[in-house]
Amino acid sequence: MSVRAQIGAVVVKDVRSEVRNRYAINALVMFVVTAVATILFALRSEQPGPATLAGMYWVVIFFSAMSGLARIFVSEEERGTALTLQLTTSPGILFAGKLAVNTGLTLLLTLSVSALYIVTFPGFVIRSPDIFALTVLLGSIGFSASATILAAIIAKANSRGTLYPVLSFPILIPLLMTVMNATEKALEGAAFIEAVGDMQVLVGYCLIMIAGSFLLFDYVWND
Amino acid sequence: MRSSSVKLDSVSKRFNRRTIFEKVSASVNAPGSLAITGRNGSGKSTLVKILAGVLSATEGKVSLTVDGHEIPRELLYQQVGFVSPYLMLYDEFSAAENIRLLESMRSGRRAADTEIDSLLDMVGLAHRRNDRIGTFSSGMKQRAKYAVALIHRPAMLILDEPTSNLDAEGIAIVRGVAERQSTSGILIVATNDSEEAGWCSQQIPLGIG
Amino acid sequence: MNYIRMSAIVIITYVLISGIAIPIVPQPQGWFEFPVIPGLEEKARNIFFHVPTAWTTVVAFLVSMWYGLRYLRTRNMDDDLKSEASAGLGFMFCVLATITGALWAKFNWGSFWNWDPRETSIFILLLIYGAYFALRSAIEVEETRARLSAVYATLAGLTVPFFIFVLPRIVSGLHPGAKGDPEGAGPVVEFKMSPSMLVVFILGLIGFNLLYVWLLNVRVRTARLEYRRSTPQG
Repeated sequence: MSVRAQIGAVVVKDVRSEVRNRYAINALVMFVVTAVATILFALRSEQPGPATLAGMYWVVIFFSAMSGLARIFVSEEERGTALTLQLTTSPGILFAGKLAVNTGLTLLLTLSVSALYIVTFPGFVIRSPDIFALTVLLGSIGFSASATILAAIIAKANSRGTLYPVLSFPILIPLLMTVMNATEKALEGAAFIEAVGDMQVLVGYCLIMIAGSFLLFDYVWND
Repeated sequence: MRSSSVKLDSVSKRFNRRTIFEKVSASVNAPGSLAITGRNGSGKSTLVKILAGVLSATEGKVSLTVDGHEIPRELLYQQVGFVSPYLMLYDEFSAAENIRLLESMRSGRRAADTEIDSLLDMVGLAHRRNDRIGTFSSGMKQRAKYAVALIHRPAMLILDEPTSNLDAEGIAIVRGVAERQSTSGILIVATNDSEEAGWCSQQIPLGIG
Repeated sequence: MNYIRMSAIVIITYVLISGIAIPIVPQPQGWFEFPVIPGLEEKARNIFFHVPTAWTTVVAFLVSMWYGLRYLRTRNMDDDLKSEASAGLGFMFCVLATITGALWAKFNWGSFWNWDPRETSIFILLLIYGAYFALRSAIEVEETRARLSAVYATLAGLTVPFFIFVLPRIVSGLHPGAKGDPEGAGPVVEFKMSPSMLVVFILGLIGFNLLYVWLLNVRVRTARLEYRRSTPQG
């Protein structure tokens, strides 16, 4: 089908571009390493409990994502290729492609932060893998749905770097509070049934944000 | 040959409360051509972007009809080819990659190598086919944009300052492209050069008074 | 508008006087005595000011979002002026609701801020307003500014159901009406107030909303004048 091939082409273009330029990846990796190292310095030999660990886990993800995910639209705007994209594809297809790329990037980010946390924090033991896996998956999808459209918004504004977290934070709070809550349960080894409420919220958030940003993206992208 | 026509119906554009142009009307039926002339800042580029569906008009209506169907704005990209100095290609991809990626984003189809080669040959870039665009001079970039703009055989080809950065050979290539387009489809040229404007059968001047 | 202004002034004056002056007694008789609500006592009076300002905040936000969406359809700059004016007022009411809430929390819960779900929600609402104005000031072309801020307001609006319905139920809180609320204070939110309180409360809601409508009208008219004055002639 043509639409799927077109979306695929957007993804291929962005992934290949990322592989050659490493605009986002380098910033993300360095940010994650720096943030985790800072936390370790601050804690020294303290062993934080599950609530703190779950919170710090998502804090690192939030701020690293804020440093990297905006690139997807900012780089197009800065290089002047935004016009090229406007002339080559429809907003819906472009948004679907960019959303897929950002979701992949966020998943990669959560996975590497998880690996780093498991290695560096003895207290970060995933006792309920089912809750954890679903939280990370749904969290990444919802996260990138909001982050992608906000990236498109700030790409058209001045002072992008500071504006991005400012705009994203209020929109991402319901998601962040829920994923922190669910991650804490996963670290404590809760049964899946206890996290069903959180999962419902996450699914609802993902659906609302994906549908909403799809409808609104036209207005952001086209004059 | 497909029948197509484009119509500007008293189009105005205001931007930050400044009027760029007011009540511009024109129409072109294929095969045909239109030159948009005017000094710097008269809104030529704005008008061609409105024609390409990238900007919206503040007032008035633009419509492109192909084979009797009016093309909705979100699908204009399939029918329009666009070349201008401010259009950018991806520096990290080669000329052939740019053409292939942009074409598969546009139509979902994979352009054949022969197709890409013949286009690159036409614009005189065949020998630099696999070099990254980032290493190209501005004139070569401009040539590559023609290949990108023509691969989907657009019903309407829009050229904004068509010969900027080009050498004599490049200008000759562009003249050929313009001639073929104006005998097979719609050609729009935005320029302040009277010779380029002369390629077209109609002219509308912008920003008079 | 004159009627709206006059009624807003009269109603809010009445709510101010009666909300503060009507005595709270154990056995209320008639309209000029309020019942004692265990756990709230004299602090219950805050409901006449805090809840109406909080409601008006939400109303102003929804109005701002509605005009934003309308701008996206009509591309009429007047809709953007209304959207911005309403957001500005919403921010003002949001600050008022936060202050009245924090003062009340100090006396009822012991500290100004406890990160109760409702406090979190109003804090986020403040952040949303702040982000909205930060975005507006970062865009120079007014059409783009109008378009993007409308989109942002709508995106923020999409998260409102989570704050109103979801969070307070997930996270247990101290707020009257929230999960984990001590029994005595429940009736306040469930509208089982005594009729004498209900009258003042509803008048408060009406009064603050009328005040909002009147202020919005004034702000939109000034914004229109400013807009016309700064438009280049010719």
